Amino acid sequence: MSIWEYANPVRFMRASTAALPVVTGLTLLLLVGGLVWGFWFTPEAQNFGSTVKIIYLHVPAAIMAVTAWFMMLAASLIWLIRRHHVSALAAKAAAPVGLTFTVIGLATGAIWGQPMWGTWWAWDPRLTSFLILALFYLGYMALWQAIEDPDTAADLTSVLCIVGSVFAFLSRYAVLFWSQGLHQGASLSVDARENVSDVYAWPLWTCIFGFGGLFLTLVLLRTRTEIRARRTSALLARERRAG
Amino acid sequence: MALDVEDLSVSRGGAVVLAGVGFTLAAGSALLLRGPNGIGKTTLLRSIAGLQPVAAGRVRAVDLTYAGHADGIKSTLTVAENLAFWAAVHGGGEIDPALAAYELTRLRDRPAAQLSAGQKRRLGLARLLVTGRKLWLMDEPTVSLDAASVDLFAGVLRAHLAAGGAALVASHIDIGLEAAVLDLARFRAVEVARSGFDEAFA
Amino acid sequence: MTALLIRDLRLALRAGGGFGLGLAFFLLVAVLVPLGVGPEAAVLARIAPGILWLGALLACLLSLDRLFALDFEDGSLDLLATAPIPLEAVVAAKVVAHWLVTGLPLVAISPLLALLLQLPLAGYPWLLATLLIGTPALSAIGGFGAALVVGVRRGGLLLSLLVLPMYVPVLIFGAEAVRRGGIGAEAGAPLALLAAITMASLALLPFASAAALRINLR
Repeated sequence: MSIWEYANPVRFMRASTAALPVVTGLTLLLLVGGLVWGFWFTPEAQNFGSTVKIIYLHVPAAIMAVTAWFMMLAASLIWLIRRHHVSALAAKAAAPVGLTFTVIGLATGAIWGQPMWGTWWAWDPRLTSFLILALFYLGYMALWQAIEDPDTAADLTSVLCIVGSVFAFLSRYAVLFWSQGLHQGASLSVDARENVSDVYAWPLWTCIFGFGGLFLTLVLLRTRTEIRARRTSALLARERRAG
Repeated sequence: MALDVEDLSVSRGGAVVLAGVGFTLAAGSALLLRGPNGIGKTTLLRSIAGLQPVAAGRVRAVDLTYAGHADGIKSTLTVAENLAFWAAVHGGGEIDPALAAYELTRLRDRPAAQLSAGQKRRLGLARLLVTGRKLWLMDEPTVSLDAASVDLFAGVLRAHLAAGGAALVASHIDIGLEAAVLDLARFRAVEVARSGFDEAFA
Repeated sequence: MTALLIRDLRLALRAGGGFGLGLAFFLLVAVLVPLGVGPEAAVLARIAPGILWLGALLACLLSLDRLFALDFEDGSLDLLATAPIPLEAVVAAKVVAHWLVTGLPLVAISPLLALLLQLPLAGYPWLLATLLIGTPALSAIGGFGAALVVGVRRGGLLLSLLVLPMYVPVLIFGAEAVRRGGIGAEAGAPLALLAAITMASLALLPFASAAALRINLR
């Protein structure tokens, strides 16, 4: 059983119908469990008070915001090379989800930063890069909307995603160059000085997986909707041609 | 052999419009495409020209040039400048014979914006002459042409064929050319009734 | 390919408006910013590099949507696609033409506008260098955006949304080089990075742009 079999819309719909309850259940478990654990069952940090708890939303959202874009990139390449419609529609479906995660990351980043920086917004490299990522998402979604023919739209947005990825990557380094920044070091890396200690790390990983599950659930749901919408318009077009 | 089309299917807007099209065009001959509006004449020509991917089948052609509905004329350039541009793009060459063939010589320095529709179309057809290409694909070439101009065009086409060129022309009008006719109605793609989902959404 | 370049230059010069519009817009930016921000010389000198670069960037954006759209609409693009020159070369020629008509004049007028914005004297050569090196990248990147939206009616706004995020690295390195040069600091690194972006854009983006055009011509 090759994964390419799921490129067939029929197979995909059948498989996702079966998978969805499981994925949704697991997501709820991880997400709710992780958030509750993180918010209520961990000690308060010395310097930051309880607002540090927001990292249980911020870090997973930020990770998924970037992961979503990579998923779109992979799906775009699969569409261009193998012309699997499910892939193209999955990329289209993932974009608003990725954008939402980006916005959540920005908002929670601002809320977290406020007591530390004394301001609701600061142009630090990470936040700025995420802001630019949000713009890339918006452009991608706008292009899908602007093109009428679905295959043409899939092709053009795929090319945009590929070229955009290069520029998004470039922007990240340009922004680093541009500012010193206030952001805390990567809290999950082993050698960062401001390491997040174990008692925080476990619920954090749970939340990260929870957000991953959330992304998967939402993209599966939205891809199914896109497939149905595409099928409906194809049927309508066929009727128009016949009559 | 200027053009060989084998079991060709072409699609428009995601749906196959013509299927199983096959014919061969020898050097020195022309083929007229006929068929009702919307059958896919333009789609077929554009697919053979390489502007659209074919849905199925094979096309083998010598170097070709395509003349569609739009003439590709820039209104701020003069007639001569327009033609000289296309001549340069296609490897240089004289534009005077082409101008003469379509009786545009006295208009050579007029900005294209001031041309009538028929004159613009003659300029667009003159472009084919400066490309130096053997196979001409033409979509409704006689639109906007008066009877005298149609005769001009027919004469140019005859000369082109006599010199070993070939032409594939979609036209509603009788150009006055002795050429085979291919009616595309018999290649109309039939919608296959399908149930459930399918890989190709159309 | 030269023929295409010459034709586009001729068209741009005869069309009137496209040529001077970018310059006029650039000038407007240089006049409006001090009016909006206040006449204090120190403040203006601080923001001059960014404003000059931003103005150049936006001025380039103005004429981008016509880059391929005119040829698309009158059928020239179809004919160019079937011509002996590869579509990538067509894109490259048109991008160069756009730069000659839009980017280069901006470079030429920039010292005058730098004067209005109180750019420190040391910054002038850096301004010219970065604009000269960076504006071709703006044309190349803009060309890619224009190729994507060529089939969209009134796609100017969509074009801006697609292209401006991609301009970010060019803007950052360009403005930063001018700023550092203006205060006498070492500015070689951003200039080199800018040059790298320009060369990569000119070399690679025509392929992506041609792909987008082919998709739109189908």
